[in-house]
Amino acid sequence: MSFVTGLLTQLLHLALMLALAPVLTGSVRWLKARLMGRRGPHPMQPWRDFLKLLKKRPVLAENASIISRAAPYVAVASALLAAALVPSFTRGMVLAPFADLLLIAGLLALGRFAMALAGMDVGTAFGGIGATREMAFAALAEPALVLAALIFAILAGTTNLDVITGIFQEGTLGLRVSLGFAALALLAVAVAENARIPVDNPATHLELTMVHEAMILEASGRHLALWEFQASLRLTLWLALLAAAFLPFGMAAPGAGPLAWVMGLCVFIVKMAALAFALAVFESTIAKMRVFRVPEFLGAALLLGLLGALYLFVSTGLS
Amino acid sequence: MLIALALTLGSLALLSLAAPLLARAALGVRLVYAGAALVSLVFAAGGFAGLLSAPETLALPFGPPWGVMRLALDPLSAWFLVILGLCGVAASAFAFGHVKGPEAARRLVPYPLFLAGMALTLLAADGFTLVLGFELMSFASWVLVAHEHEHAENRRAARVYLGFAALGGAALILCFGLLAAGASAGAGFAALRATPPDGLRALAILVLVLIGAGSKAGLVPLHVWLPLAHPAAPSHVSALMSAAMTKVALYVLARVIFDLAGPAQPLFWGAVLMALGLASAIMGALRAALEEDTKTLLACSTIENVGLITLGLGLALAFRAADLGALAAVAAGAALLHALNHAMFKTLLFLGAGEVLHGAASRRMDRLGGLIHAMPWTAGLVLLGAAAAAALPPLSGFASEWLLLQALIAAWRVGDLAFQIGAAAATALAALAVALAAAAMLRFYGMVFLGRPRSPRAAGATELSGVARAALIMPAALTVIFGLIPGHLLELAAPALRLLTGAGAGLSALGGVTVTVAEGGAGYAPLVVFVLLLLLGGGVGLLLRRQAPGIARGPAWDCGFIAPPHHLPFGDPATQVSAAGMAQPLRRMLGKTLLAAREKVEMPPPGNTAPARLQAGFHDPVLALISGPLPRARDRLAALAERLRDFSLRQCLALGFAVLLALMALLIWLERT
Repeated sequence: MSFVTGLLTQLLHLALMLALAPVLTGSVRWLKARLMGRRGPHPMQPWRDFLKLLKKRPVLAENASIISRAAPYVAVASALLAAALVPSFTRGMVLAPFADLLLIAGLLALGRFAMALAGMDVGTAFGGIGATREMAFAALAEPALVLAALIFAILAGTTNLDVITGIFQEGTLGLRVSLGFAALALLAVAVAENARIPVDNPATHLELTMVHEAMILEASGRHLALWEFQASLRLTLWLALLAAAFLPFGMAAPGAGPLAWVMGLCVFIVKMAALAFALAVFESTIAKMRVFRVPEFLGAALLLGLLGALYLFVSTGLS
Repeated sequence: MLIALALTLGSLALLSLAAPLLARAALGVRLVYAGAALVSLVFAAGGFAGLLSAPETLALPFGPPWGVMRLALDPLSAWFLVILGLCGVAASAFAFGHVKGPEAARRLVPYPLFLAGMALTLLAADGFTLVLGFELMSFASWVLVAHEHEHAENRRAARVYLGFAALGGAALILCFGLLAAGASAGAGFAALRATPPDGLRALAILVLVLIGAGSKAGLVPLHVWLPLAHPAAPSHVSALMSAAMTKVALYVLARVIFDLAGPAQPLFWGAVLMALGLASAIMGALRAALEEDTKTLLACSTIENVGLITLGLGLALAFRAADLGALAAVAAGAALLHALNHAMFKTLLFLGAGEVLHGAASRRMDRLGGLIHAMPWTAGLVLLGAAAAAALPPLSGFASEWLLLQALIAAWRVGDLAFQIGAAAATALAALAVALAAAAMLRFYGMVFLGRPRSPRAAGATELSGVARAALIMPAALTVIFGLIPGHLLELAAPALRLLTGAGAGLSALGGVTVTVAEGGAGYAPLVVFVLLLLLGGGVGLLLRRQAPGIARGPAWDCGFIAPPHHLPFGDPATQVSAAGMAQPLRRMLGKTLLAAREKVEMPPPGNTAPARLQAGFHDPVLALISGPLPRARDRLAALAERLRDFSLRQCLALGFAVLLALMALLIWLERT
């Protein structure tokens, strides 16, 4: 019985993530436009773009290899699997035992690697520069993510996101300063991983400053649709991850009934809306930084993570 | 089993003896390499059998004047013997596939000796045999490194290598001398275990084995020979040196520190190993991200992986010191698993680089590019290796590095506050090294196989075929398979882990389809991940293929860059990113502080139409040390020693008398203590 409900919630969760991802991207864009005094495109616009792009014939460069054709599928599959692992409205989904933070980091790295390979496939200057910058930023973002996982593991005893959420939901840990540090570090990593301002501008088409967009310049048709979709999925999964770790309330317990699921779903939508609003406000109030300032930004995230761990050791050592 | 292995060792010696004759014809050369492949297969099988059966010992009927030579096959040596065997099969098959005709004897004779030296080191059960095997391995590989001695840089590489090998060998001899100080002469490992060292003697043994085995494994700061020597050897030997020889050195390290030096070491031993491992991991990964020669890049990546394995070993030692047996097994399991996985994917990558060298005639990334079109097989197989080296799930590199990071995350359970803080920093730095390795692997693969050809030779590259292709397929297949069954591999390694950590508890939870760190801890099920990735990717693909139109081809968009003229069929190769350009972000972010990297743009004066040039480069600080101040100090010492010749007779007599007095004083002091 628990397996069946687990499977059912897993499928529902995956469908939710799939449906939500483009809407979330569209909502952030719309909110940003409203904050800047523009009318902005409809929040459903990314869905419409996606469906339109699927129907278009992809044009590949003459010297594009199998990499350009296979990479979007690898990236989407890894983003989908990672999104399936992050709990949204309920805990105890069938993949919950595998919802390990390090595995999620690995899956994100797989998608990133596929994208960087696709960027280098045709041999354009922009693609190569975008790929190398993306990998260099990830080199600093990953340690910060692992340090956040370390803090969670010390508090919850495991790096399994499902268990972490459950333990944080009980609230027995109380308010921890080191969790604040971890939250800041994870936020910075999330901003960098999703190519948001101030690290990268998701709306730019100015070649010299872009990182993420530079790698998919040559993609078109369904390949472009898949790249856009996996970017939306990543944003959704990062916001869901932040929500699951730091705002775990309202989530249905494992084995709870459909009523709890609906409750959890409503709370989840509210949480995501709040996070999307916060992201839009943050992006509207800050300027994009120079590319070579980004290491300082991510280095600060790394130090915050380390500081959180230190604080935890000292506080547990004294008590 | 052990007798069969000993006979196999003997047959390698015979093969080497016959090699000068066999080298005169292509058939003979093939015979040597086929024999080496067969022997390696026996090693792998013997190691596998050794993991499943009880330890064996064997005393040979000959040996040094003070005793006999002893061989033993216990789970630890068996695990490394499997690694050696698998690498040996692939490397020998690759060499077999590339035999063109008669070969120089200096390339052929040392090859079986090299394999024999490594196997003898692994099977040795007394200090003399181990050092003999180790030195045989060093010497044979030195001859192979020097095989193209007409090039000055190869001569330099061989010279530096010989210097480090001599240093390591001397340290190792002293180390085993100190270990045997408590036991009778000619005693085997069993007698050494009975009298573990303590106090200053133990500390001296730690330092000596770190110099002896660490220099061979490529631990910072004794790593500088490795990026010089590994690329200079023929590609199949580079593969063996990087994949197997460094592991043999790590085996010696583990054997001495975990086994022979007693069942318990203080916590700081582990901390020392961890610090060295981390420094190597960071240094190696960063250099790999900056190097411009494919084989040098791969050699630097070896330093990184050796560092990660040492980090795992050090962590296991620390857990053992803190009496956390189950966690020690996790850390040691990560180290052993990574040793196996690294051996496989590094063999694959080096053989792939060798294939590129054969096909496109260059090791410089700035002369390669776009090889995925000319060499699809090599490109596909090397991609697996590069992805495993970049620690991407569900390949083998991710499984072992996941386990290592999990062990690091659990390191706070060692109660000491300083250790906890150090371990947290170590976790971040290990993750940094892993991510840097991913950047380096992307750069390697992207520069060599993707994009447009950067030279005519790269445009006309030829694909490998026959046995050489099989030699690449084998490690590639094992990289995938080992990535999917880490739990079963850990079960296989359980006896070795028990030997290393002295704990039986916690091992049962580790194995199986899902690798679990501890009861209720995080789990990793690579098979599930693999199947789900296939399902999701395939599902999306099928869903889209049904309704979407086919693919059209056109010139690259490249933000409206104009199409190249007819005389440049691939466009101007310089309009794509270069090796130095791809290294730029990391060179600026980390290289300036760690590797004294520099960048300078040389602008021509206004009116001059000469192109602007970017000068970029970096130094390894240790290499700068041994090529600058160290020779100067040697010269100063030599000048001082020269002055002895001008001494008068009276001064010479006084000197002799003073030495005699000093020695007697030392003797008296030693008698008292």
